[in-house]
Amino acid sequence: MSPTVALIPFAILGLLTLGCAAMMLFSRNVVHAAFWMLASMVSTAGLYLLLSAEFLALVQLLVYAGAVAVLVLFVVMLTLRRRADAVRPIDFSLPALALAVSFAALACFMVLSLVPAYPDSLPSVAPGVTELGLELFSTWVLPFELASLILLVALVGAVWWSGGVKRS
Amino acid sequence: MNPILVACLRVLAGLGLMLLNGVVLIYMLRKVLGHLHVRLGPMNVGWHGTVQTVADVLKLLTKEDPTPRAVDKALYFLAPAVVFIPSLAAYAALPFSKTWAMADLATGLLFTFGIMSLVPLGILMAGWSSANKWSLLGGMRAVGQQIAYEVPLLLSALPVVLMVGSLNLNDIVAAQDKLWFFIPQFPALLLFVVASLVELNQTPFDMSEAESELVAGFSSEYASMKFGLLFLSEFSNLFIMAGLTVTLFFGGWSLPFIPAQIQAGFAPIVFVAKTYLVIFFFMWIRGTFPRVRVDQLQQLGWKVLLPANLAWLLVTGVAVKLVEAVAR
Repeated sequence: MSPTVALIPFAILGLLTLGCAAMMLFSRNVVHAAFWMLASMVSTAGLYLLLSAEFLALVQLLVYAGAVAVLVLFVVMLTLRRRADAVRPIDFSLPALALAVSFAALACFMVLSLVPAYPDSLPSVAPGVTELGLELFSTWVLPFELASLILLVALVGAVWWSGGVKRS
Repeated sequence: MNPILVACLRVLAGLGLMLLNGVVLIYMLRKVLGHLHVRLGPMNVGWHGTVQTVADVLKLLTKEDPTPRAVDKALYFLAPAVVFIPSLAAYAALPFSKTWAMADLATGLLFTFGIMSLVPLGILMAGWSSANKWSLLGGMRAVGQQIAYEVPLLLSALPVVLMVGSLNLNDIVAAQDKLWFFIPQFPALLLFVVASLVELNQTPFDMSEAESELVAGFSSEYASMKFGLLFLSEFSNLFIMAGLTVTLFFGGWSLPFIPAQIQAGFAPIVFVAKTYLVIFFFMWIRGTFPRVRVDQLQQLGWKVLLPANLAWLLVTGVAVKLVEAVAR
């Protein structure tokens, strides 16, 4: 694929991602909201694909759309006593607003401060899976292992929390 | 030729294969299960009941299509499409021969798994939107088991990837020209088959539509062609998983001891024949094993398959490194 991204598909997918995200926020049915989130994740995978990040796109599909979103749906459906409970009013109160604004500010701050500047020139060929794997397991091996350790701790904690240990 | 035209033709070929596969597999399933149960299966329409499926398809197409009043309309109509589209797209990476594939992807194996991981979504959609307790239970069971077994499934394909060093399905086939991987990777094959049976909601793991408990699980409220789509994608997933088994462990479209030039002529036929043999094996299991319980299923997944997979991955990794060291 050429280094310049085709603008029209990119714009369509970008708008789709944003539109689905907005629909997720505005839909009053929690199950519908979860499905909108999923649609947003799938169109993000499409964006990655357009940017020649094939591996990232597939992982996005496999992990976020295929597992995380499904898990969210699963939990939502499990915790609903009746189908009618799925419809909730949107909370416009002040604390909710404050929470939303502070989260948005945090996200903006992190994006602006942590993401490196966009490089002036792109490599002519997008790196493949092999290069990605080598890079991940040589240069970035320590952060990678650390992340997996944190996830493991979270997993063990979740198992303990959900009543695996008998509390006398 | 125009590349867009070629792409359209390829998608159409995939669709045709999917439909034909559905028709063939329905007949095969009824015949194989019939003979396993010491009965004849369909016999009346056509020679040994061969045209029975055509009659069934016509019936399915012309049936009344009622929509229950309480369903969540949008999701209810969307669900069959969400189940159908991934299982059509999953054909894209399967190599029928060296050149016959809808797309030759560098990450073909991952693509197939990634696309297939979207199927549970449609099933959940169908189960929830049907406004029926049995549908919801069936959908929940299907998704619970499919998410749980995606991990063992991916892990059991990994040792093969380790041996080949590529995710491209054609590279995996090419690496098996001397030795099919089911010999060195037999434990991986066993783990892969068990995990894929669960992914396919096949007996002994078909709790999601357990007829005796849940009517028809997530598809209870669907009729006519909407049911047809759900059904078709189930059969097509069977073909894809069997095709993957053949590609990963049984040399794909290649045959041993026959020169490559001669093989090239009938490679797709070899691939399809092997795939149907694997499907026959899956049906054999379906006809002979009793259904396991839901809790037994999760025990098997997390306490047996996952550790076994990790252990075998470790063994393969060490072996691959040792062979490399010796070769150097």
